[in-house]
Amino acid sequence: MNNSISPLIILTIITAAAGLLPFLISEKSRLYRSVSPVVIFISSIISLIYLLFIWPDIVSNGSPVILGWQMPFAKLIFSIDALSGFILIPLYILTAASSVYGWKYFDSHKIEKSHWFFFSLLTSGMFFVLVSQNAIAFIISWEIMSVSSFFLVITDKEKKESMRAGLIYLITAHVGLAFMFITFFMLAKTAGGSFDFSSWKNLDISSFKAGLIFITALISFGTKAGFVPFHVWLPLAHPAAPSHVSALMSGIMIKMGIYGILRVLTFITPFQTWWGILLIVLGAISGVLGILFANGQHDLKKMLGYSSVENIGIILLGIGVGIVGVTIDSQTLIFFGFAGALLHVFNHAMFKGLLFMGAGAVIRQTGTGDIDRLGGLAGKMPLTSILFITGSIAITGLPFFNGFISEFMIYFSSMYGAIKSDSIMIIFSSLFAGAALALIGGLAVANFTKVSGTVFLGEPRVQQSSSVKDVPFAMILGMGILAAVCIIIGMGSYFIIPQYLYNPVLEMTTGINVNGSADLMTQMIMIITIILSAILLLIGISLLLYKFFTKTDDENVEVGTWDCGYSNPLPSMQYTSSSFASPAIKYVSFLMGFKIDKKSDSRIFPASGWSFKSTVNDWILTRIYEPFTAYTARVLRTPRFLQNGKTGAYVLYIAVTIISLIIWMFGFGS
Amino acid sequence: MNYKLLNLTVSVLAALIISPLFAGIIVKTKALFAGRKGQSFFQIYFNLFKLFKKQVVYSKTTTVIFKIAPAIIFVLTLSSTIFIPVIPVDIEPLFSGDMILMIYLLGLARLFLILSSLDTGSSFEGMGASREAFYSALIEPVIFIVLISIMKFFSTTSIAQALFHNTSPDSVLLIFAGIPLFIVILVENSRIPFDDPETHLELTMIHEVMILDNSGPSLGLMEYASYIKLWFFSLILTSLLVPTMPDYGIAVQLAVSAAVIAFIAVLIGIVESVFARVSLIKIPQFIITAGVIALMGFFFSATRVLVW
Repeated sequence: MNNSISPLIILTIITAAAGLLPFLISEKSRLYRSVSPVVIFISSIISLIYLLFIWPDIVSNGSPVILGWQMPFAKLIFSIDALSGFILIPLYILTAASSVYGWKYFDSHKIEKSHWFFFSLLTSGMFFVLVSQNAIAFIISWEIMSVSSFFLVITDKEKKESMRAGLIYLITAHVGLAFMFITFFMLAKTAGGSFDFSSWKNLDISSFKAGLIFITALISFGTKAGFVPFHVWLPLAHPAAPSHVSALMSGIMIKMGIYGILRVLTFITPFQTWWGILLIVLGAISGVLGILFANGQHDLKKMLGYSSVENIGIILLGIGVGIVGVTIDSQTLIFFGFAGALLHVFNHAMFKGLLFMGAGAVIRQTGTGDIDRLGGLAGKMPLTSILFITGSIAITGLPFFNGFISEFMIYFSSMYGAIKSDSIMIIFSSLFAGAALALIGGLAVANFTKVSGTVFLGEPRVQQSSSVKDVPFAMILGMGILAAVCIIIGMGSYFIIPQYLYNPVLEMTTGINVNGSADLMTQMIMIITIILSAILLLIGISLLLYKFFTKTDDENVEVGTWDCGYSNPLPSMQYTSSSFASPAIKYVSFLMGFKIDKKSDSRIFPASGWSFKSTVNDWILTRIYEPFTAYTARVLRTPRFLQNGKTGAYVLYIAVTIISLIIWMFGFGS
Repeated sequence: MNYKLLNLTVSVLAALIISPLFAGIIVKTKALFAGRKGQSFFQIYFNLFKLFKKQVVYSKTTTVIFKIAPAIIFVLTLSSTIFIPVIPVDIEPLFSGDMILMIYLLGLARLFLILSSLDTGSSFEGMGASREAFYSALIEPVIFIVLISIMKFFSTTSIAQALFHNTSPDSVLLIFAGIPLFIVILVENSRIPFDDPETHLELTMIHEVMILDNSGPSLGLMEYASYIKLWFFSLILTSLLVPTMPDYGIAVQLAVSAAVIAFIAVLIGIVESVFARVSLIKIPQFIITAGVIALMGFFFSATRVLVW
């Protein structure tokens, strides 16, 4: 059987080439808008099918599938193992969905020639990051990914916020890259100078050095993954980018950070307990802060950006519990923790992509992403509403959808750690993880019911054009693919998860036997699926009974909502997103940078022109990063005088340097 | 397997049949406290029956979500009762980690409740939804910690099994898990001092205001679901308080459980009569206090430090 991954590489190159096609086709031609997204869509689908086809070979082969290219200065090795293969699956699904969505997204306004070029470069970059087994190839692919996404973020060049968001993103990504260099160089030095990932396994590292590498990897990949405190670029960059790009970035690109952390973890075995506990704490903080900030946002896409921070926190909780499990040799903690984290990587890609696309649909049709100016869109955009609400229920981790399965695994691992373990530290860190997850889940329900309800249900809060209608079918198809996956994983995980999830988890277990836990998980998923199916059946029956046995008086059906006898209720009196979130936000306003701008008139005959604005400020950005960077900029400005633009001075610098080097070489060296 | 299915059915039927009586006891207690004779214990059955016979009226603002939510909420609430057995026969639990599915089914019911209340476009319902969303987000970790401390004491990952193995309840566990559990009952079911189920002043309601626009069978299903949820949480507290006595036979066991759960109903009635609804700003403090007590209970369960 042909188990090489060269077809995948060829398809990726085709995808990248597809991005160049708009440069070759005239703008007037009908193909101009369609050719790139359609080619990208088709190649992603074919790649996905092929990947699933060779999946048994990937996991059963002791050695990964290899395709080695000898380049002049470095060897580029590409191969897939179960871990990278598992993340490739949502990459392909999301690329397909967002390309078919993006095909029709731009119909209302102009599209730049370079858009699909950078888009395909982004997806190809991510593919190569996942298949690189060599640090040089990894870094090159990582850079391609970062830079192409930067250009996508600043698509809307006229807006000042876009440029600011793009710059903050670029700088953060490169700070992360610097730390990545440090991490890889430390690993290479320990491995005797080799940059191949294969020679980095089973290294003999001192625990101090392993801890150091862990920290630098955490900082480096944290800037990409977006957990607190490295998250500051996320809520700025995701609203600025076009919606299908935000879907791709939030769905898969930030998971590259998670992949990096997991990859480095496989190099620096054995794990140390404090790593797990650090990840649990970071995960809890990111989760809670992320969802609290999301609760206070007025802009749809910014809210979704913070929600991504929250979900990365949940993934870190799972990884943290898994690491702790490895140190105490508890197979349940290991298996359920890592399985939950990896499955949540997949699930989040699906429902976050769906939510961003839904948000994009709303913004495209109504012209605004401000939650407080929307409302009542369910009647005008029924399909988008159903899909967005599906995504909302999925992201809150409630049953029948995929979020529940991954959160269940992480819950169970923390429960097991709290109940069955003997060490006080493990007990309390597991309990903390579980309680944090419960709080995050509750706040997520509050947030997403608020957003779904405010945007789609009720009445429009601001006068809305009556011509708002639903989006083109291609966009619905993109969203529908993701929603379908959410439901399939939610109800059919028994058939899918053992085959595709268990082997990636095995990559992280560092050799501990987890067969018992694997069987336990399979059994649990089976029972959950049976119970949920029975409940679903009951719901269906009860809905039918309800419909047949309730009487409505057909003449009387056009009644307004009960307004408690008030004679003139207005749609603007409905609860807005800030009012909905205010109990939560006000309670922790000290954490939120909560600010109210109010203009009122307290005279006897008050004038009009009252205004009220509440904002939640990301104090990590404004109170920590910005002063720090301002200070650094001030300090670094002092040697500015050296760069005075005079050629003579530069010649002087060169002469001084060469003379010093000569003196050093001949005076002190051999 | 047969016994399991029988027990599930008994749990569901008990919830369906007895929960309105449970709520009736609470109402009667409050009436007696107020010096009135009060309505009959079985009045709620008649109320529900009347509601189901009525015609339903929908607002033109609402969408299909408002129409399907009551049935969905009812089924989900009812299905969460299968995880807490009524007959204490020593059977295997449904599965480990049943607590998670149990709580999350109720969470899904709550999500639909909030969506249906936002669907009406009424600012009152939005008010109730917002408060409900926040307070239930705060109470989730408390429920988690309380149930885990019970499970920790019996060293099992299934809440049903933990409640079964409760052959000689430890007084420390009873106090430190029972009190937060009681507060959870009051918060989750919108009882005083967190919400007033009798008031119909919009600014003071939480749960009541969310079902303001439901009528007829729609309202009947929502109210029935709230009674079932009340029964469900009280059943957990009862199972904690009542030891499993295998030597005495099922009839005695059920009689004792019935007496205890009736007592809990009376207790809720007394609390509702004696206290007033606290200011909304103070509610998170109550919840966090319950959480701290639960955390202490977990600590005592984990270390068995206090043995009385």
